[in-house]
Amino acid sequence: MAKKFIIGLLVNNHYGVLNRIAGLYNKRGYNIDSLTVGETEDPRYSRMTIVSSGDEYMKTQVVKQLNKLHDVKMAKIIEDENAVSVEHLLLKLKTGAEGNSDIAALLNVYGAKVMDLGKDFIIVDMTGSSEKIDEFMRKCIPFGILELCRSGSLSLTKDGSNELSALYLDKLEEEY
Amino acid sequence: MITKGARILVEELIRHGVTTVFGFPGGAVLDIYDELYKCSDRIDHIITAHEQGASHAADGYARVTGKTGVVIATSGPGATNLVTGIANAYLDSVPMVAITGNVAESMLGKDSFQEVDIVGITLPIVKHSYIARDVCELENIITEAFEIAQSGRKGPVLIDIPKSTQQAMCEYAGSAEIKKRKKKKPYDITEALELIKDSKRPYIYCGGGAIASDMGNKIVELSQKIDAPIGLSMMGLTAVPGSYELNMGMTGMHGRLASIIAQAEADLLIGIGVRFSDRATGNVDEYRKNCKIIHIDIDEAEFGKNIPGIVELCGDAGEIVGDLIANLPKLDHSSWTGKLVKQKSIDDTPRKPGGFVPRNIIRMVNNFVKPDTVVATDVGQHQMWTMQHYRFREPRTLLTSGGLGTMGYGLGAAIGGCVANNRRRTILFTGDGSFGMNLNELATAVSQRLPILIVLFNNNTLGMVRQWQNMFYESRYSSTTLNRGTDFEKLAKAFGADGARVTSMEELTDVLDGGLPKDGPFLLECMIDIDELVLPMIPAGGSFKDLVVD
Repeated sequence: MAKKFIIGLLVNNHYGVLNRIAGLYNKRGYNIDSLTVGETEDPRYSRMTIVSSGDEYMKTQVVKQLNKLHDVKMAKIIEDENAVSVEHLLLKLKTGAEGNSDIAALLNVYGAKVMDLGKDFIIVDMTGSSEKIDEFMRKCIPFGILELCRSGSLSLTKDGSNELSALYLDKLEEEY
Repeated sequence: MITKGARILVEELIRHGVTTVFGFPGGAVLDIYDELYKCSDRIDHIITAHEQGASHAADGYARVTGKTGVVIATSGPGATNLVTGIANAYLDSVPMVAITGNVAESMLGKDSFQEVDIVGITLPIVKHSYIARDVCELENIITEAFEIAQSGRKGPVLIDIPKSTQQAMCEYAGSAEIKKRKKKKPYDITEALELIKDSKRPYIYCGGGAIASDMGNKIVELSQKIDAPIGLSMMGLTAVPGSYELNMGMTGMHGRLASIIAQAEADLLIGIGVRFSDRATGNVDEYRKNCKIIHIDIDEAEFGKNIPGIVELCGDAGEIVGDLIANLPKLDHSSWTGKLVKQKSIDDTPRKPGGFVPRNIIRMVNNFVKPDTVVATDVGQHQMWTMQHYRFREPRTLLTSGGLGTMGYGLGAAIGGCVANNRRRTILFTGDGSFGMNLNELATAVSQRLPILIVLFNNNTLGMVRQWQNMFYESRYSSTTLNRGTDFEKLAKAFGADGARVTSMEELTDVLDGGLPKDGPFLLECMIDIDELVLPMIPAGGSFKDLVVD
């Protein structure tokens, strides 16, 4: 049965790496639900968080296949219950005299910040779990969503391990 | 010293032990070819008729020597002509470094003349690839490419070098080293030992990984210690000498009956360096039905990819099997293995003694050549007949396209294999369909004066496709009867080679006994019946129960 799961990766930070990873998913017929990538504390490496959906076979295969790529330094499943995962949302909402107070209340409840205020629109920024963002978006629909931009998941494990850090890779290299 | 990128490339190839490269020059690799010319006393270049032939030659060279094969092509069409050869090497885990030229960096991405994104095109079929934009990175890139091609599960690496990098100057030290990152994972053989001790009918199944690991002796030793028959995938066929009593030969779709029966009856399968290809397993559920599986492989991603093993041991197969041997008692399963050996001898009994049929032709050629003769094949019926009837005696003497099934692979591979084997007599078994795909490489074999005996089975058809049409498409022979009217003897002569057409065992004997050229190819066209089949056969997705014998 298809289930969502999160894979954390440390990869080389240079051009073409994303292409190789996306290509692997394409070649094996795996699905990417969301993907975020950014430089780590060490500019030699980038950190990716990929949310996929698939069965147990795909879950184990994709990690093994990712770990075979030369540009992938480490790929691991991040177990949902042992992770802090957030997404980021920028939302442009219609405003008008009526309902503005309701919007303000909603932003307050969900901890969303106002980033820009126009004559008849407002841009808000919100960070939270995927579910919380879904919920917030649903509640914004009645006001009129003009545009939105949503990131993929960013995930870190809650335990003390740092296996997906540049520091850890350096330590491994010393051991080899 | 300060030198240009093209020279750095050639010096690095030499530093990594490369003595022969295959390729085809062009505008975007002129600088590289200029440096090859200057260094021709230290490195040979063999120009083929087509870049695909060069890539297959590099592949054949690598399979015979165990070294990394190197192929060079120019940008654009030169580079894309390598694609099939690279994919072939990828599917069969052959170490290869493919070097392509490209337009100058300032011209990249502008659809310039003969520009193509070869790195993008080949992404799914390489272990890794590079665009060497900075000449100062070239030394490290080449060193890393050779390390990647040969490490773990071997495979092809592509280096795309823009013309500007080839011409740019840089300090060259010739001392780059790459730190090996992958740490060996520990493995635990305890459970495997118990399973083997408890087994009543153990069966050892070896693939190409057993050859890559150069461990044929250890497999025989394991087989003797636990009294187990050995079955081989097509890629693993030369891992164990054909003369070894418990070597049952190839298994799978067109395997030998004894090997198929051994697998079907086994209660334990020890898979060594195999990926359990669909051609070998057929119906996966039936395959696993009564059989526990121990899987030994260097590539962790192979575990559970096609068949889940009960025990999975990741690491060098030679090392792991050595550990198993050291910790196992001598076992006896002679009542089972005796039956299989009997079956093997029934399989070996000719059905048409003396007839001019593929089996007898292959056996005759087999008897004519030395044990270390390199044998290449193309893809089709002749390939399976070779696997079934040729008795390979030494490892690394078979060049065949296992994973990709590339028609047209054989002649290029035979050229590479012949060069690798000190230009000694090499055999190519091919069919009229396959040979038509890359026969232009006859020109290469002639110009290099390579003693390749091309045994061409001419049945005027794409035999394997016809066989499937016969068995599964109610004999509707759509586009498989060729009627090309090619005179292969004249064709060979037009290329500057020699050849003969034979229609009987007597004529074949006369040609072989009459002496073949020692320094050039000879094309032996064998006229066989259009309805010769490859049997036994297990239909795709079938199991032992679906075996077709007659």
